[in-house]
Amino acid sequence: MTEQAPATATPAAMDEAVRKVVGASKVSKGRVTLELPPLSENGNTVPLTVSVESPMTQAEHVRAIHIFTELNPQPDVVSFRLGPRAGRARVSTRIRLANTQTVTAIGELSDGSFWSTSAAVVVTLAACLEDA
Amino acid sequence: MANALVNVPPRARRGEIIEIKTLISHPMETGYRRSQLGATIPRDIIRLFVCTYNGTEVFRAELHPAIAANPFIVFSTVATESGTLAFQWTGDNGFSATESAAITVD
Amino acid sequence: MSARTARLLTTPALLLLATTAPAGEIPTAERRSGYELMGRETRAMQDDDTANPGMLGALEGEAAWARKTGAAGRACADCHGDARASMKGVAARYPAFDAALKRPVDLEQRINVCRTDRQQAPALAYESRELLALTAFVARQSRGVPIDIAVDARTQPFLDAGRATFYRRQGQLNLACNQCHDENWGKRLAGNPIPQAHPTGYPVYRLEWQSLGSLQRRLRGCLTGIRAEPYEYGAPELVDLELFLMWRARGMSIESPAVRP
Repeated sequence: MTEQAPATATPAAMDEAVRKVVGASKVSKGRVTLELPPLSENGNTVPLTVSVESPMTQAEHVRAIHIFTELNPQPDVVSFRLGPRAGRARVSTRIRLANTQTVTAIGELSDGSFWSTSAAVVVTLAACLEDA
Repeated sequence: MANALVNVPPRARRGEIIEIKTLISHPMETGYRRSQLGATIPRDIIRLFVCTYNGTEVFRAELHPAIAANPFIVFSTVATESGTLAFQWTGDNGFSATESAAITVD
Repeated sequence: MSARTARLLTTPALLLLATTAPAGEIPTAERRSGYELMGRETRAMQDDDTANPGMLGALEGEAAWARKTGAAGRACADCHGDARASMKGVAARYPAFDAALKRPVDLEQRINVCRTDRQQAPALAYESRELLALTAFVARQSRGVPIDIAVDARTQPFLDAGRATFYRRQGQLNLACNQCHDENWGKRLAGNPIPQAHPTGYPVYRLEWQSLGSLQRRLRGCLTGIRAEPYEYGAPELVDLELFLMWRARGMSIESPAVRP
C-alpha cells in the first residue's frame, strides 16, 4: 500500500473509516467499555483494554471490536474478531497515540447492531528529545 | 524467527474461560517516520494475528501501524478440550512467526 | 552610585550562586527507584515477565548464551554453565575493576572482553541487538539482588571522577546531573516526573525508544538534552559515571530488564 496519508487524519477520515466497517447501520452509544490511562506516560505505548457486555453464546455474542483514533496519521488501529468461543468479550493491547486525542471503540454484535464508546487521552512529548 | 512470549494456563476445567497473553518482538515501523536524511522509512508491520485451538480459529486481530512496537495482545477463550493452542503472526515483507502451547482440560 | 559600587553589590550574589557547594546526596532512606514514579499500567508492564517487552530481549540473550561462537567455537554456557546460578549477583556489582585494563568496565564491556579473549569472536557493537540481549539476560539473573559496588584503592579514583562528572555543570543549558536528580526529583519536567536516576533496571525497555537500551544510551540522551556533546559509547567518562551512579544506588535492588517511559 503506497498511499500517503496526511500527517494528521481528520475527523472526516475517521468517519469514513468507521463507515467502512459499519455500513449504513446506526451506531448506538453504550455496552462498550474502554479502559485507557487519562494521561499517558508515552504516546509510543498506551495500554488499552476494551470490553463489551455480552453473554457470548451462539445466539448472542460479539462478532468484532474495532478501535479508531481521531488524530493519528490514519484512523484504524486494530480490529479484533471474536465469537462465542471467546467466552468473554474483553481484549487488551498497547497502541500508539500521536497526540492528545479521543479513542473510539465500536463493538459489532451477532444481531448486526453496532455499539460505541470513546475515551480521551492526554499525550505529552518526552522532556528531552535525543538524537538516538 | 522473531521471539514470542505466550502465556497459556497449562490446565483448565472444561468450560472455564482462560486468558491468553501474547507478546512478539517486532518494530511495527509505521511508514510515517523519516530518516535523518529526510527519506520516509517504509512501513513494516505485523498485519494479522490468528489463534487456533486444535485447528479451529478462535480469535483474530487485524493490526494497523497504531499498534505499539512489540505487539502485546491479551484475549480469552473457553477451555473446551485438551490439545494445542497455536498462534500465528504474519505481516509485511513476508513476515511470519508461529508459537504454540499445550493445554490439559479436565 | 558609581558603576563600580553597583558591580560590587551584585557580584557577591553571583559568587554565592557559582560557589554554592553541591546539594547533599539524597538520604539513603529517601532513595526511590524510578519504578515508583511510574503509572499503574507501566508498572504492570514491568511486573509481568510475559508482558514485559524487555524480556523478549532476555529470551534472545538466553539463546545467545547457549550458542557456540568465534574461532574458539565456545558458548558462554561452556565456561559459565547455567546462568541462573553463575550470573546471579553479577549485574549488581558492575561496573567492576578489570585488572588487565587497569580500570573499571561495565557489564557490556565485560561481555565483550569474554567474547574477544575467550570466544575469539569480534566484539559486539554498543547498542547492537545481540549485546543488549546478552546483557538483558545476564542482568535478569540478578533481579532482586542489592547493588553492591566494591570501593577500594583501585576503584576510588574512577568513582571520584564519576562523582565529579555528576556534579559538574555541562552543556549549553549549563546543568549538572545533581540539579535535576538530587535537588528536583519528583517534580515534573515538561509533564514527565524527574526520577532520582538510579540505574537499577538496565538494560531498560524504554517506551520512548520502543526498544531495550543501555545506561550509556540513557546518559548520552540526557547529555544531548542539556545540549552537551555526548561522550562516545565506551568512553571512560561514561563508565566512570556509571560506576558512581551504581555506587550511589548501593543497596537498592536490581530490577532488570525494567520498563521506563
